[in-house]
Amino acid sequence: MTANPLMIDVSGVEKAFTLHNQGGASFGVLDNASLQVQAGECVVLHGQSGAGKSTFLKALYANYSVDGGAIRLRDGEQMVEITSALPRRIIALRRQTLGYVSQFLRVIPRVPTLEVVMQPLLDLGVDAAICEAKAKDLLQRLNVPERLWSLAPGTFSGGEQQRVNIARGFIVDYPILLLDEPTASLDATNRKVVVELIREAKARGAAVVGIFHDEDVREAVADRLVDIKAI
Amino acid sequence: MNTAVGLLTSTSEWQDIAPLLSVRELNKFYAPGKGCGDINFDLYPGEVLGIVGESGSGKSTLLSCLSARLTPDSGNVIYNSEQFGEMDLYDCEESMRRVLMRSEWGIVHQHARDGLRMNVSAGANIGERLMAVGERHYGQIRTKAEEWLTAVEIDTGRIDDRPSQFSGGMQQRLQIARNLVTHPKLIFMDEPTGGLDVSVQAKLLDLLRNLVSRLGLSVIIVTHDLAVARLLAHRLMVMRRGEVVETGLTDQVLDDPQHPYTQLLVSSILQN
Repeated sequence: MTANPLMIDVSGVEKAFTLHNQGGASFGVLDNASLQVQAGECVVLHGQSGAGKSTFLKALYANYSVDGGAIRLRDGEQMVEITSALPRRIIALRRQTLGYVSQFLRVIPRVPTLEVVMQPLLDLGVDAAICEAKAKDLLQRLNVPERLWSLAPGTFSGGEQQRVNIARGFIVDYPILLLDEPTASLDATNRKVVVELIREAKARGAAVVGIFHDEDVREAVADRLVDIKAI
Repeated sequence: MNTAVGLLTSTSEWQDIAPLLSVRELNKFYAPGKGCGDINFDLYPGEVLGIVGESGSGKSTLLSCLSARLTPDSGNVIYNSEQFGEMDLYDCEESMRRVLMRSEWGIVHQHARDGLRMNVSAGANIGERLMAVGERHYGQIRTKAEEWLTAVEIDTGRIDDRPSQFSGGMQQRLQIARNLVTHPKLIFMDEPTGGLDVSVQAKLLDLLRNLVSRLGLSVIIVTHDLAVARLLAHRLMVMRRGEVVETGLTDQVLDDPQHPYTQLLVSSILQN
């Protein structure tokens, strides 16, 4: 068996937060963090609350900047060093390569659920009928009632919004998928659906890095458990 | 390790695309600390750049300098024009700047009355820009005006009404239609949602977001509203006392601000 290609290559990442308006308090969160993830592999980060799991994931998405080290992500044949890449390079990377799913939906006012879910795939120039079919399939699998699809999700319950957000996060077959507690507070039925979605992503070769507090989800998807303090 | 793999930061294909607008060492001061200075950036086709900062930080002065409405004290603004090729905005004929303003550029003012002619009909407001670029056929102008009214969600039955009879939100949408009818490449916006009700703001933002992505527009938008910046801008420049204090990817600047002033701005937003 040939080795799967390296998708994520993090080495020596440092990250501290300095609160200039609160007496300049500074605290280090990541110290020399390194991690390699291959295609088809799911790495689950664990560690206590506040240990830096989310910070690490946000650094991988270029949502947080880092103070040192390298974060290279595969985009086709190339490895992109995201710590120094231009904003438009990161945006292009996020559009087709790098997916991020949290438990929170950032609501765009007025936009109906079905369109919220379709949008990332539409942005790639995929035919609207195909996007719609895939969005409907995902919403159905995640048990979002059909009568809600034409409504903007702003008024939905927390759990419904969360599932809309998961559908949106899985509509594009991203080669790299970052999951920040997408299953938090979901019921067992829907957790199972998310587990299936993650397994399908792995099967098509996606590299997945996730944070999950539910042990059953962790057991079901993780190839490796990594302690954030040890990386 | 991995030295065999091509490292892509700002190299290869990403450098082959020429910037639409390049700003170098731009300075314009009315008094010390009033105006803007030491401004440098490139804007690429399809990019939306947000300029944020408090009142008096120099945002609007900068926007005026960038859009050929205010001659800077020093520095260069290089625009890559479809008609004229690469040109320095303040080292060219006045007539060329005027041509740009009515064809390749659009300017959306905070107060719609600054960008509209209040005493002629909505249709004429849109048609005027078309005629300025040589359109003469009355029927075609009216058809296009109707198309653009529809695109900005104004009932075409209002085509013969004057903007003074429109609500603030409708006036703002009409101003956008008037700007977009000539298919500009670059739009300058100064607080486009300022002064509008929150419900009207949401509608306008959604409309702008759709138009910008559908038409692949490049936009420079000045706003003091960070929620507007987050929704529309790909990247941000944070200004304070005439200087750029922080710049970067929009969500990175807002979620992980580095400069004390940006941290203060972000932490001042009410959380819901």
